[in-house]
Amino acid sequence: MTLPVTGMALLPLGVLFGFVFGWLLQRARLTDTEVIIGQLRLADYTLLKMMVTAIVVGGVGVFFLHSGGLAAYHIKPANVLAVAVGGVLFGVGMAIYGYCPGTGLAATATGSLHALVGVIGMLAGAIAFAFSFDWIKTAILPVAALGTVRLPELTGIPDLAWFAGLVVVAALSLHALERRRRD
Amino acid sequence: MASIDAAQARTIRRTRIDWTPYWTGAGIGILSWVVFAVADDPLGITTALSAIAGFAAMPFIGAEAVWRNSYWAQDVPSLSYGSLFLVGVMLGALAASLSARQFRIEAVPATWRRRFGGSVTRRFIAAFLGGAVEMYGARLAGGCASGHGISGTLQLALSSWVFTILFFATAILVGSYLFGEGRVRP
Repeated sequence: MTLPVTGMALLPLGVLFGFVFGWLLQRARLTDTEVIIGQLRLADYTLLKMMVTAIVVGGVGVFFLHSGGLAAYHIKPANVLAVAVGGVLFGVGMAIYGYCPGTGLAATATGSLHALVGVIGMLAGAIAFAFSFDWIKTAILPVAALGTVRLPELTGIPDLAWFAGLVVVAALSLHALERRRRD
Repeated sequence: MASIDAAQARTIRRTRIDWTPYWTGAGIGILSWVVFAVADDPLGITTALSAIAGFAAMPFIGAEAVWRNSYWAQDVPSLSYGSLFLVGVMLGALAASLSARQFRIEAVPATWRRRFGGSVTRRFIAAFLGGAVEMYGARLAGGCASGHGISGTLQLALSSWVFTILFFATAILVGSYLFGEGRVRP
């Protein structure tokens, strides 16, 4: 078998990889909207802990796979205006919905009816985006478009230093936050 | 004795650590290695979901209009790896919730109910609008909390770090305003 897998053989793997992702999101309790809302109220750091761990474990592994020629990077372009406005809209939507897209989809399968309604809302949002895409493409995407930039190339700070720094900052701030909450 | 009390307190504090977010996070990190190497397609949700939205739009605007659309032309609605990944996410979450006996029908979550009351209609309207705004933002930015927030940040992509910091900060501001201390009894 040659990697990466392509064509029809890849399709069942989509179900398998999705299954593992959905399983882990449920086990992390992120299919419970109270856990997401708890993070936004800064009362429960489950979401942040999960994300930072995934970024560091995933990032170090993918860095070595990439160095060994076993994985290609897929960097999304830094169209800074679109990414910034998109991030703010996403944050507003997430606070009202109580889920991000992945956890909302997973929560739908665990019996959350309002998560299902939000998934239908997401389809409506995607349709609205598709119909405004011509305008977005000419008016928004080209503004402050820096291309597919990575932080190590931008700053000269090597990849592994970023992950080490992230571990230190996350560990220190989580430790301080949790201690404050327990005392 | 005070020293024993301090030691006991430390033990209690240690045993209180919940490792679940760390091992699930590590699991998603390892899953990222596999999908990068095997599928050459990082974990993500909204790119595939917007292709599915193309199908959802067909009964309303006709298949012709979907195929002519410049956005769906670059992300063709199809039975693909990405859309099957979404099916897998739902199956995995379903299996996990059933095996943990945590499958539960929920229309209005408790925190929402305490703040905005028990109206199902009101919660559904909010969820619909929230989901729509969230998705529009994700498509504008080219990814969501998975595609940017995990897959993009782990590649140290500038776009993903800008998106993730901004969405997290905004969600905390809006979430604290909607559900913060004083508004919701803990």
